[in-house]
Amino acid sequence: MADITQLKKICSQVRRDIVREVHGCQSGHPGGSLGCTEYFVALYFEIMQHDKNFNMDATGEDVFFLSNGHISPVWYSVLARSGYFPAKELATFRKIDSRLQGHPATAEHLPGIRIASGSLGQGLSVAIGAALTKKLNGEKNLVYSLHGDGEMDEGQIWEAAMFAAHHKVDNLISTIDYNGQQIDGPTYKVMHLGDLKAKWLAFGWEVIELKEGNDIEQVIATIKHAQSFVGKGKPIMIMMHTVMGKGVDFMEGTHEWHGIAPSNEQKDKALAQLEETLGDY
Amino acid sequence: MITVDYQNQKDTRSGFGVGILEAGKENANVVALCADLVGSLKLEAFIKEFPDRFFQTGIAEANMMGIAAGLTIGGKIPFACTFANFATGRVYDQIRQSIAYSNKNVKIAASHAGVTLGEDGATHQILEDIGLMQMLPNMVVINPCDYNQTKAATIAAAEYTGPVYLRFGRPKWPIFTPADQKFEIGKAVKMQDGNDVTIFATGHLMLKAIEAAVILKEKNYSVELINIHTIKPLDTETVLQSVRKTKCVVTAEEHQILGGMGSAIANALAQHYPAPIEFVGVHGTFGESGTAEQLLTKYGMSTQHVVDAALKVIARKNS
Repeated sequence: MADITQLKKICSQVRRDIVREVHGCQSGHPGGSLGCTEYFVALYFEIMQHDKNFNMDATGEDVFFLSNGHISPVWYSVLARSGYFPAKELATFRKIDSRLQGHPATAEHLPGIRIASGSLGQGLSVAIGAALTKKLNGEKNLVYSLHGDGEMDEGQIWEAAMFAAHHKVDNLISTIDYNGQQIDGPTYKVMHLGDLKAKWLAFGWEVIELKEGNDIEQVIATIKHAQSFVGKGKPIMIMMHTVMGKGVDFMEGTHEWHGIAPSNEQKDKALAQLEETLGDY
Repeated sequence: MITVDYQNQKDTRSGFGVGILEAGKENANVVALCADLVGSLKLEAFIKEFPDRFFQTGIAEANMMGIAAGLTIGGKIPFACTFANFATGRVYDQIRQSIAYSNKNVKIAASHAGVTLGEDGATHQILEDIGLMQMLPNMVVINPCDYNQTKAATIAAAEYTGPVYLRFGRPKWPIFTPADQKFEIGKAVKMQDGNDVTIFATGHLMLKAIEAAVILKEKNYSVELINIHTIKPLDTETVLQSVRKTKCVVTAEEHQILGGMGSAIANALAQHYPAPIEFVGVHGTFGESGTAEQLLTKYGMSTQHVVDAALKVIARKNS
């Protein structure tokens, strides 16, 4: 088991990185990024077997796909902090000539990114494809993917859900960031998701609830529990309850901070709540 | 003289079916996906030979494109197979983001392109797909002209690394390219030397161009015939070399004239060697139900239309 104290320190630094990335270019998506910090830190610092010496084919390692590509700030921070590229490159986020595009892309060859995402609903299909290739190649490594709950509005998600169950893609652990918020407001007002758990169950998935997606111990324990269903004939979905904007009090629990940047004053106020643990870039 | 075999006609999609089987035997990484059109795409032999390398996606083309993109991660060479309409227009954003922008080694195999699919009508007769696909950065666009060329193009697409749009069709069609002809992506094929006009043709309309050249010869016109099987990247060198000699052009394709092969050639000529050009293709309308030949005639893509375009452009050159 990981040193939880250390992982919490990493989370704090990642949150600082997110705020500073978005502030630095005055654009980007802090809310979902802050809410998914524990998930990303758990994956890259505890759960996944992965190689910071990046190879596109991911042979012999676990693979992660970010379907809701707009929360790129958290992914970039975690990739940098786990050694894929220098943390100082985070300062180029969303700026001209950067490898850190607004939404993740392969065109600039940023280590750690294997597919472009941003236009929603596509990442589950891609993750399924990569999982099929792992099976065809006789590899035991797993595929992980993350999706927004707003993304559940996209029809392609449900095409992919049917396919994965039909073809028994049981080496895939997907997660929904279930924060109940999307751009135009709470999901129950914009497009009610209904009984989301029942829907995934009805589509033939193994569904696991993660009540506290911002508690790193629970995140790790839940993903490890999910791993116990690998190879049992069903794709696996974790419904991860998080608080959008977690860690910065004035950003928490509201869609208002989905896609806007803090002012200088707001940035200082946010950073005052987040301990610098690994050194700012 | 080009030999056209009118007796043993075969559909280009069958050329694809044989081609993917051969590519699959050659390379164990070749896999196929299909959205509930296995019979139409002639995939039965591949599936029989490689049942574990085929994925039925059901009627879910967007998902199929995403899965194909994912399959490339780890080295697979997926052919995503469906009708051209559902392989392009329906899934443009999936292709754009997950395949073209991400530069994935996906082959989009698109059958039943154009009006020659016939009776199903305009909902299925896509005439805009070449335009949609050639606008995408990284995407190679191939439209083979007969059974033999489609088979060869399929094998070449599997050997090439990068996204490819491979367009073919439904009807049985005469064969006029050699079975052993090498298929080089991006290299136009000069089928006949001539001096008075160059006809560039792609896909099924290559046949109409060949027939038109025979009629024009009887009228004492010498026609240079060039098959543009790869629309992107366009073989600009061969195009310019020919037009510098003949000084006028006809393009022929089963596609809208706006955005198709003709547009690509006009673009190249406008930049390097402006010359009179006439376009044989669909002039901004949708198709309708009918037989392939009826539709080609009604929508301006018959042999006679190619002849008329050639006479018109030669007259323009000489005026």
